[in-house]
Amino acid sequence: MSVTMQTIAELRGVTKTFGNVVAAKDLNLSIGKGEFLSFLGPSGCGKTTALRMLAGFEKPTEGQVLLDGEVVNDLDAHHRPVNMVFQHYALFPHLSVFDNIAYGLRQQRPRVDKQTIATKVEQALETVRLGGFGPRRIWEMSGGQQQRVALARAIVNEPKLLLLDEPMAALDRKLRKEMQFELQNLQRQLGITFVLVTHDQEEALSMSDRICVMEGGSIVQVGSPRELYDMPRSRYVAGFVGTSNFFDATVTDSAADQITVRLASGQKVHGTPEIPIDAGQEVCVSIRPEQITLTRALPTAEIALPVTIQNRIFLGEHTEYLARNEALGDFHVLVPRQAELNEGTFNAGEQAFVSWGEGALLILEK
Amino acid sequence: MTERGRKALLLAPAGIWLLVMLALPLLVVFVFSFGERGAAGGYVPAFTLEQYANLPARWTAFKNTLILAPLGTIAALVIAYPLAYFLAVRCSPKWRTSLLILVIVPFWTSILIRSYAWIFILGGRGLPALLESIGIDDIRLINTPFAVLVGIVYGYLPLMVFPIFVSLDKLDKRLLEASADLGSTPWRTFRQVTLPLSVPGIATGCMLVFILLMGEFLIPAILGGGKVFFVGNALVDLFLQSRNWAYGSAVAMTLVVVMLVTVSIYMKFISRLGGQREDVSLM
Ligand SMILES: Nc1ncnc2c1ncn2[C@@H]1O[C@H](COP(=O)(O)OP(=O)(O)OP(=O)(O)O)[C@@H](O)[C@H]1O
Ligand SMILES: [Mg+2]
Repeated sequence: MSVTMQTIAELRGVTKTFGNVVAAKDLNLSIGKGEFLSFLGPSGCGKTTALRMLAGFEKPTEGQVLLDGEVVNDLDAHHRPVNMVFQHYALFPHLSVFDNIAYGLRQQRPRVDKQTIATKVEQALETVRLGGFGPRRIWEMSGGQQQRVALARAIVNEPKLLLLDEPMAALDRKLRKEMQFELQNLQRQLGITFVLVTHDQEEALSMSDRICVMEGGSIVQVGSPRELYDMPRSRYVAGFVGTSNFFDATVTDSAADQITVRLASGQKVHGTPEIPIDAGQEVCVSIRPEQITLTRALPTAEIALPVTIQNRIFLGEHTEYLARNEALGDFHVLVPRQAELNEGTFNAGEQAFVSWGEGALLILEK
Repeated sequence: MTERGRKALLLAPAGIWLLVMLALPLLVVFVFSFGERGAAGGYVPAFTLEQYANLPARWTAFKNTLILAPLGTIAALVIAYPLAYFLAVRCSPKWRTSLLILVIVPFWTSILIRSYAWIFILGGRGLPALLESIGIDDIRLINTPFAVLVGIVYGYLPLMVFPIFVSLDKLDKRLLEASADLGSTPWRTFRQVTLPLSVPGIATGCMLVFILLMGEFLIPAILGGGKVFFVGNALVDLFLQSRNWAYGSAVAMTLVVVMLVTVSIYMKFISRLGGQREDVSLM
């Protein structure tokens, strides 16, 4: 989010407890106007709770929820300029597609006249590519169509904030991909702020401007997909955003801008961590599979480790290898097609070397 | 076995039951209603419309039934709906089962005994005495249409509560959140979502209670004290006391016709209310 971006919603020290379960812990986050933000995290980490507090279905136990600069803790859901697409759509079964979409407009006071409602609903139907489906009954629609009706029902009200709680969880992979694409287009086209909840990292990475990674009720890191991928703050984030190889290490030397760690294999490596780390601390180093080079000859890199190839999986553009080092354990290596053509394929049992370029190795909090 | 054979087998027990216990007796009653009363009571074969011509003599019983049955149904609905709503939507699941059991507990005792209890409550030393102590004199409750209404509502409440409870319990509570999210106040959410989606339960409950009330005789006999007669009481009187089977049959046939007419009007009304909805069944 750029500095000049206007803030539309904000969580300030928000905590929510249910009995003795802490569902959300001291959340601090500001959401910029027009941005596409995702909450990413495993099941039960408090994503839905955060969303429901923005929508007004749950009241924070502590802290403040702000919309447009005003504290809205005590504002009921039906007074908030926010709409939600529910995980299982929650479409009204007794109403037609048209009436479902018109529902929000019909609640407005002073009343919106019939003609305007009809025009807006038709427009919304066109936007989600369901033109002509208005008179249909909800149960006559397929899963993907229902999801679009749910979307249309929300966007027709032109909310300041559109909340989406795993809206694509019930769709098959192909349809999900399509809908992700459409959703992203729609967000650009409408300029509405989107807040998406998902536990699918691919979905979060491909769609969002910013991702807010959560763990056990807390926000652990917020940043653009690239920031999270290249500069994760902890092993947890690195593991959740993309895949990586993790190895334990001990800090031997900590200078201002560079620290030295010793791997279990005895080698010392250098790096610049995102967070302050003291000498003697146990840390974790991470290397992305695609940043590792696999060679037959000993390379001239700072560090090269001998490995035995265990397994090979052909993935089309890439080939994934599982390579074992005596001291460190298994490396996942992703070799691009071109590199494989140069070096030739490795077979299980073959000896090779893994190495990596400068900056590929990240030093993370355990 | 063929598909038709299987269907026939499924329907056979109920079909035979209905034939023996309903269709045949109805036919007998139909035939009897054109007969005459024997000298010592009972039935003498004849073909006369005399019994039907005599119907106005029992007009009060028809009038009472046709006023108090719908009124009782509506009163039961008005009392049952909030209760069912509370149980299904507002009540914490921890308490729900126990409260539901409380609703059916009265069924563990015979309606006869429970109605006798009401004689005391509504009688001179019950509620009226209580009212007198706070200065409201000369209130007569027992042996009035009001007493019968109270008894009816009391006796039939569970039959109204359960179907409504079931339809409200099935209601997806997320729909209520969706409605609030779209800007609807709680009251409008109730009118536009909860109420329409509980129509099947309301329809079933009303139908059940109304049909049973049309044939009711016990409660009017006990709480109406011989002053508030239902058609059911007329039938008891004609078949068991005065042993005028022919006239009794004519009254019974008329009740069946009245019931068919009112129920079909009711069905029309409900199906119009439900529109073309698939989820609204008539019963
Ligand atoms: N109404 C509630 N009463 C009690 N506990 C709750 C309630 N809602 C949520 N919780 C608890 O709060 C925690 C966070 O729940 P939440 O629904 O926010 O998770 P989530 O991240 O959305 O998970 P998922 O991906 O499975 O939907 C969980 O431990 C959950 O059990
Ligand atoms: Mg959730």
